[in-house]
Amino acid sequence: MTARKLAVVSAGLSQPSSTRMLADRLVDATVARLTEQGVEVEVTTVELRDVASDIMNNMLTGFASPKLEAVIDAVTGADGLIAVTPIFTTSYSGLFKSFFDVLDNRSLTDMPVLIGATAGTARHSLALDYALRPMFTYLHAVVVPTSVFAASEDWGSGADQVKTLPDRIDRAAGELVPLVAASDRSSQVRDPFGFDASLSPIGGFQPS
Amino acid sequence: MQFGIFSVGDITTDPTTGTTPTDASRLQDILTIAQHAETVGLDVFAMGEHHNPPFFPSSPVAINSYLAAKTDKIILSTATTLITTNDPVRIAEEYAMLQHLSGGRMDLTLGRGNTGPVYPWFGEDIRQGIPLALEKYALLRRLWREDVVDWEGQFRTPLQGFTSTPRPLDGVAPFIWHGSIRSPEIAEQAAFYGDGFFSNHIFWPASHTQKMVGFYRQRFEHYGHGRADQAIVGLGGQVFMRKNSQDAVREFRPYFDNAPVYGHGPSLEDFTSQTPLTVGSPQEVIDKTLGFRDYVGDYQRQLFLMDHAGLPLKTVLEQLDLLGEEVVPVLRREFARNRPADVPDAPTHASLRAVAETAEAQTPLKTKVNS
Repeated sequence: MTARKLAVVSAGLSQPSSTRMLADRLVDATVARLTEQGVEVEVTTVELRDVASDIMNNMLTGFASPKLEAVIDAVTGADGLIAVTPIFTTSYSGLFKSFFDVLDNRSLTDMPVLIGATAGTARHSLALDYALRPMFTYLHAVVVPTSVFAASEDWGSGADQVKTLPDRIDRAAGELVPLVAASDRSSQVRDPFGFDASLSPIGGFQPS
Repeated sequence: MQFGIFSVGDITTDPTTGTTPTDASRLQDILTIAQHAETVGLDVFAMGEHHNPPFFPSSPVAINSYLAAKTDKIILSTATTLITTNDPVRIAEEYAMLQHLSGGRMDLTLGRGNTGPVYPWFGEDIRQGIPLALEKYALLRRLWREDVVDWEGQFRTPLQGFTSTPRPLDGVAPFIWHGSIRSPEIAEQAAFYGDGFFSNHIFWPASHTQKMVGFYRQRFEHYGHGRADQAIVGLGGQVFMRKNSQDAVREFRPYFDNAPVYGHGPSLEDFTSQTPLTVGSPQEVIDKTLGFRDYVGDYQRQLFLMDHAGLPLKTVLEQLDLLGEEVVPVLRREFARNRPADVPDAPTHASLRAVAETAEAQTPLKTKVNS
């Protein structure tokens, strides 16, 4: 069996970024479990900052630069996606949303997705469920039930001592792993000229 | 091979002077541009159709009818005629009228249009764009080919015993190109009928055009109209020239940077490397345009967008001079080199009439035998 492809999208802006840090933790937990089950996995991590102007140019011109095209192909052709964004002004960052806005809205159909977010305080944690989850649902992706939110305090002594960040990460990875292991998305051949088999070049009307 | 220009008819403020043409002045400019295109030896002028500002040309058929009276040789086409929101009966009638007025010096490029509100303004739904294009064109073809049409469909009131007038000139329907940026369904439709396929080409990377044209060619052969390399292909293009390459870049940059379609986005350099846009010397335009053949094969029609983004009339006319005097003669010579003799030219009224006459000359014999 060929290796599964795992794509990671991180919309953090700073270097280093806690968003990327969370993404890496989620990847490590996912890869560890897949490896344990004997499933080989290739990880492609995308920092959206690196293609930020390409994303905006795509928004304006309608087509992706070669650099962004490569990123889009890696993400949409994966067996699983880990998507992590900082929460800005009560929602995902504009950069994060813009990347998903320029994708073909059918390109994430059936994609197993694990969503994560970071912010200064835990009061923003519901943004995962009122912003990110519905967006991926609209795209017909399969979002695992556990999403992972990391507030600044999660990285230190103020963290939740009962359901710790590592616990939450592990639980979420555990939900993503079987979906990635079972996925054949990365080996599917997509016909760019595929259209509905019922299409008739002369139009579809049948007089009753 | 045919060379020409197409105009979308945008009304855009000249970013270097701040002046904005009126509908009236822009219309007059376009009439001048079209006539100048004939003067410099171009083969085709194609006019866009829009129903929303900042575009003024709601009726390309009216513009082309005027031009038919003012010109002698140039083929008057469209870029594009909206097959989705127009009534195919009116398209059949109006363009047959133009066909007579121009002595057959016309054809049409059909497109769907991508402006959301235009659909509901004309009682349609943009989500039905493809089904509208397929059904309405199927009717349009019949209206030109059958004297009396009975018809029923999803998107128009039924017809019983309807005859579209005037009947096409010499009994030959105008040639049709189907234009599309990204819809394989339209390439399929063009291939099904053996009509032309016009790839917008200018807004998207060459790799995309290559795939779409390749698909159309393959399906053209599949439907039995000839070999894939004999399919009828047209391409858009976009150039700005000065004798000296640096002068072209310097002069065009403010127009590029503020253009409605791509302004404030990618740099001129990025856009030039990623799309067919060429800004430079006539030789650079020649080199890049000849390169189109490398990825679409021998093709039939090349149209350039020259009058947009607020460029003043004087500049556009200078561009046409360069195109007609320095670029197109070389392109004609070079594109003809190594072109297989059995790759056809774009159909014209004369060539379609010859085909029809040949067919007719053969038909009575069969009829006689049968009767």
